[in-house]
Amino acid sequence: MALVTPTVRRPDRWATLHRSARARPVEWLVERGILLVSLSAILLVFLIFLFVAREALPVALGRMTSARGQRPLPVDSLDQIPRESLRAYLGLKADEFVAMTREQLQLLMEIKAEELAGVSEDKDAAVNTTQWRYLIGPHQWSDYDQPEFIWQPVSRVPKYNLVPLVIGSLKTTLVALLFAVPLALGAALYVSQLAAPQVKEYLKPVIEMLSGIPSVVLGFFGLIVMASALQFVFGYQYRLNAFVAGLALGLAVIPVVFSIAEDALTSVPRSYVQAALALGSSRWQAAWRIVLPAAAPGVFAAVVLGFGRAIGETMVVLMASGNASIVSWNLFESTRTMTATIAAELAETVVGGHHYRMLFLIGAMLFIVTFVANLIGDVVIHRLKTKLEGKA
Amino acid sequence: MPAPMDPLVKLDSRITVGSTEDHASHAPLIEVKDLSLWYGTANALDHITVLIRERVVTAFIGPSGCGKSTFLRCLNRMNDLIDHVRIAGSVHIASQDIYSHEVDVIELRKRIGMVFQKSNPFPKSIYDNIAYGLRIQGVRDRAALDEAVEKSLRDAALWEEVKDRLHSSAMGLSGGQQQRLCIARAIAIRPEIILMDEPASALDPLATARIEDLILELKKEFTIVIVTHNMQQAARISDFTAFFYLGKLVEYDTTARMFTNPARKQTEDYITGRFG
Repeated sequence: MALVTPTVRRPDRWATLHRSARARPVEWLVERGILLVSLSAILLVFLIFLFVAREALPVALGRMTSARGQRPLPVDSLDQIPRESLRAYLGLKADEFVAMTREQLQLLMEIKAEELAGVSEDKDAAVNTTQWRYLIGPHQWSDYDQPEFIWQPVSRVPKYNLVPLVIGSLKTTLVALLFAVPLALGAALYVSQLAAPQVKEYLKPVIEMLSGIPSVVLGFFGLIVMASALQFVFGYQYRLNAFVAGLALGLAVIPVVFSIAEDALTSVPRSYVQAALALGSSRWQAAWRIVLPAAAPGVFAAVVLGFGRAIGETMVVLMASGNASIVSWNLFESTRTMTATIAAELAETVVGGHHYRMLFLIGAMLFIVTFVANLIGDVVIHRLKTKLEGKA
Repeated sequence: MPAPMDPLVKLDSRITVGSTEDHASHAPLIEVKDLSLWYGTANALDHITVLIRERVVTAFIGPSGCGKSTFLRCLNRMNDLIDHVRIAGSVHIASQDIYSHEVDVIELRKRIGMVFQKSNPFPKSIYDNIAYGLRIQGVRDRAALDEAVEKSLRDAALWEEVKDRLHSSAMGLSGGQQQRLCIARAIAIRPEIILMDEPASALDPLATARIEDLILELKKEFTIVIVTHNMQQAARISDFTAFFYLGKLVEYDTTARMFTNPARKQTEDYITGRFG
């Protein structure tokens, strides 16, 4: 039997069904506005990365050179040299070169010859230290006994090995996380599950207030108070080191991890706790064996965020780490992180020079490290969630 | 699925059989005397006196907010967890005052299982859910755990449905299965008493019937106290029924008498559906 098409219609009442978007123009406008703002935030992050990456690209692609292996040309040979190679030798742009008088060119050649005089004898000067093999691998410089990883950007021969800085960042981050994560998670578990409401009322805002302390104040505290106190307690040789910096850094990480973890733990349904208690668990057993695993995705997210904060934090490590760019896994030796290096050196570099670009390369690396950490974090969180929800 | 419109009709067919048993063979287990409870200043329970016998099903009925769930939670001291609760009167279980200062609440709750209105399995595997209660008591022996898990699941009539996926998440079970899992979890630690707070109110009729069959099976071994909204349910499964109204215990008798010949007008009005 064929479908009966309705013949009687009442368009007067049903016609209004179709004007949804235009019917509420203010809502529509606000919605679009919010969308635009959030998209622009994403765009901004992308543009920042683009800027950093663009500045770092010549170094990353090996298009820079710090080598100064040229021999000085005799000043009186000015007229014999082809014009183009003379221009390259003096490092001038085409229009600048054309505008020069002969006397000026002669003067520039004299300066250049003077500049190259000592260098030409040095075999290190011939090395392009911006190449990746020098950035990552050890190299035996002429005045060293063995191949070493050296970050020494302001030297006769700039040395740009990144390994000491990466190790420095990892060391301080590791100390910070080892110190902050157990404390922050313990505090979060206590505040969300065990504390009496009156205690919770005070504890939570106080711990979260830690995040409001400017990092320069934390660095100051680490530099002046903690460094001396810890040296007195542990009796190590170098007052400012990765250990002190890590602990001071931990103070910055604690509120971040605490805040997120506490939210995650609090959002675990009360019914789980009730079921656990009704089975004869102590409150601690319920918190540790039921609530913490149930909040695992959120807790993991908190740790990832803590990692991001630790590796990206600058002021604390700049002040409390001692800033010696040495390769050592000893926590009680001074160390220098990637972030502190950028902060300390960028202002003194020549814009567009290899030192400048090298610092941008470090910045881009930090960018990528945090991005990858967040990506991995997201994947793990997703897996944990599916496992908890039984969709696996 | 039996769904009689009139509870009185239901009665003579099925319930009377269970209720004509000689209840004298079931010794009193829980004695509640003059129990009153306040949430802040609001009086939720008003001088409740009840005697609950062992290995029978005792049902608490009454309209929402009448205090029946609150009363149930007094029996395993779950109300301790709520702030600003004040309790007066006494609850003795097997002649011991459970509100005495010497009583270890954790030990008490190991002896009194509880099943909640909304099924609340832990976000863990089926096996880990059942084994949890034993594990926190320190049982580590794999064979003992395996055995307890199987027995509890069999007792809860869930074994056949889940035996092939014991190690997948309990969150993947249906609502009815989750509730039976919660019952299995509660009986895994072999309590004496099982408290059930509207265990079937969120379930469909088929799942409800399974839970009810299960309760009738479990009462051979456990003392069951159940709160229910559903009067037919109380009539079907319980031996004793107590009717709560506005925090007071209006009437308490064998289920057979409550549903056929209630002493109070209020009870009769409620069970015949005139209010509530």
